[in-house]
Amino acid sequence: MNGTAPLVSVRNLKKEFPIRKGVLSRQVGAVKAVNDVSFDVARGETLGVVGESGCGKTTTGRAILRLIEPTSGDVRFEGRDVRAMGTSELRSLRREMQIIFQDPVSSLNPRMSVGAIIREGLTIHKLAEGAAADARVRQLLQEVGLRPEYSNRYPHEFSGGQRQRIGIARALSVEPKFIVCDEPVSALDVSVQAQVINLLEDLQRDHDLTYMFIAHDLSVVEHIADRVAVMYLGKIVELATAEDLYATPLMPYTQALLSAVPIADPKARKERIILKGDVPSPANPPSGCVFHPRCHHPAKDAACAAIVPPLEEKTPGHFAACIKQPPTTVTWEQQKEVGGVHPPERYLPLAAVHA
Amino acid sequence: MTASLLSIRDLRTWFYTESGVARAVDGVSFDIGSGETLGIVGESGCGKSVTALSILRLIQPPGRIESGSVIEFEGKDIVTLGDEEIRDIRGNRISMIFQEPMSALNPVFTVGDQVAEVARVHASMSRKEAWNRAVEMLALTGMPDAESRAKQYPHQLSGGMRQRVLIAMALMMKPALVIADEPTTALDVTIQAQILDLLVDLQKRIGTSILMITHDLGVIAETASRVIVMYAGEVVEEAEVDELFAKPHHPYTEGLMHSMPHIGHDQERLNVIPGTVPAPTEWPAGCRFRDRCPYSWDLCEQEHPPLYQIGSGHVSRCHLAIAPERRNSPHPPIVVEAGVAAA
Repeated sequence: MNGTAPLVSVRNLKKEFPIRKGVLSRQVGAVKAVNDVSFDVARGETLGVVGESGCGKTTTGRAILRLIEPTSGDVRFEGRDVRAMGTSELRSLRREMQIIFQDPVSSLNPRMSVGAIIREGLTIHKLAEGAAADARVRQLLQEVGLRPEYSNRYPHEFSGGQRQRIGIARALSVEPKFIVCDEPVSALDVSVQAQVINLLEDLQRDHDLTYMFIAHDLSVVEHIADRVAVMYLGKIVELATAEDLYATPLMPYTQALLSAVPIADPKARKERIILKGDVPSPANPPSGCVFHPRCHHPAKDAACAAIVPPLEEKTPGHFAACIKQPPTTVTWEQQKEVGGVHPPERYLPLAAVHA
Repeated sequence: MTASLLSIRDLRTWFYTESGVARAVDGVSFDIGSGETLGIVGESGCGKSVTALSILRLIQPPGRIESGSVIEFEGKDIVTLGDEEIRDIRGNRISMIFQEPMSALNPVFTVGDQVAEVARVHASMSRKEAWNRAVEMLALTGMPDAESRAKQYPHQLSGGMRQRVLIAMALMMKPALVIADEPTTALDVTIQAQILDLLVDLQKRIGTSILMITHDLGVIAETASRVIVMYAGEVVEEAEVDELFAKPHHPYTEGLMHSMPHIGHDQERLNVIPGTVPAPTEWPAGCRFRDRCPYSWDLCEQEHPPLYQIGSGHVSRCHLAIAPERRNSPHPPIVVEAGVAAA
């Protein structure tokens, strides 16, 4: 953004998990968890990634860090090709890219003291040792809002919110530039969730951090993100600034997602878009637009089942993948050729989207 | 509120653990009216699920119902009923929908068999009759292609469909009360919308009461007519849903509402409730929320607050009821649980 090179740049990222069957474990198919995804993360921004279970948001985050090896595509961090890196290069890269996990119980080794957990990164990356490392651990604990003397305790002695703070201190210990936050507050109670979100925002400001914030909770993402990518069945179907996305969601799936969020205000009775059925299996995604079987756009027709919609700029900085939402590079003639009967028309059921 | 269907009085359910007596539910009283949806909201460990399990007498050792009563509509006290009688109530007059549909279903029986079993046990229906009834019930819950889905096993269904199976089981006997314990927490938001819609619709058709237990104020606002807020094993506030959201009285309710981000109302910083819920083995004396409260004063330490009447049908366990002017001068909370200090 603003002409500077992005910190992270992802192009045509794909991750397929093979489906094997029989005694010979022959591959009989593949789950396309991430199916041709491209985006940039600008320095200092928070890119929110939302979507429901199985949409590929977590796999995308992990594939960027190469915690999962991508099947194909290009991932660059400060211009460096992440996929071409060897073990030692990757190790030094991990100093700059960290991850905070959803589950604060299983992501901390129960046999290690909190101090040892946080210290591990310092030792591996030779950042500090001995008394200097102890001092750094104490400082990190303080920074995430825990008492320095907690460093001798074990994870089970802490509440969920406190454990998440330990996970954050561990990620911060190596002074990263980029942190993938994978549902960092989903397992927490509402009041504790707010504490952790505020902490993440403070740390971002104090350390010039860049976040990729993965979540299924749309209100949390609206609060924390500058830009938001909406994923569905392995694809990014909409990408815009948080403000634009929540004010005028263009992709019918995003509209339905926003419409489904229960509103904590009994007076805000609103119309609601209720999607029919379940998310199809990513092993056998629908043809054309992956959302078409559940779509409620009034112009939906055979063209939606035939044409894979490109993620295109509908208004400045606002990208959406829908050939029925004008403007579109897929011409009406092209749509008619494959059986289209309804020309694209702007559809924005705002009464059902907003409170 | 219409005639009371279930009347819970001074219920105490305690757990005898190695680290002491956990007073999970500690003197809870409320009524559920016939045909209404009563919401119970609170965070982990507030006692909302244990309250639900106590109503059905599903408490296992080391837990036990210490005292109190759960009087059902025919005047029987569930707490003192014999095992035979309680079995007749469970699944028949009061049923339950659990949070995790996968673990609530038996993996080795088809879902149709499991729904049909309810009718075979409680209505002594024949296998054939019960099966037909089960398919009918599954269709009513919006299960697509109910006839063939009934022959499938739980693992073959999606999370949303499994939750429909549990709802079909719960409603099979057209019970007077359905207890729904976080029925949509494990589901994605678009599926959650389907299930909430379904529950509200079925309630209208069957006329059952629902006790909706959740941590999500949004779910409460959309389904409940009356709401109970629980904190540290107690009811801290009760009101009609509109009143509660418009005029929350208890500082905990207020804090809970303010700490949620709302779509379309972005604020720079989220308000937080500092600190964490105390351990159930050591509830503080006086007001249990005192340490985290921005209004507390010496009275809150000296005296455990009763449920004060705030308005019509609105009660709150907070001394602010007798000193409302103190709400204008909040102070930093007393307890500074590491770092979550009065920021």
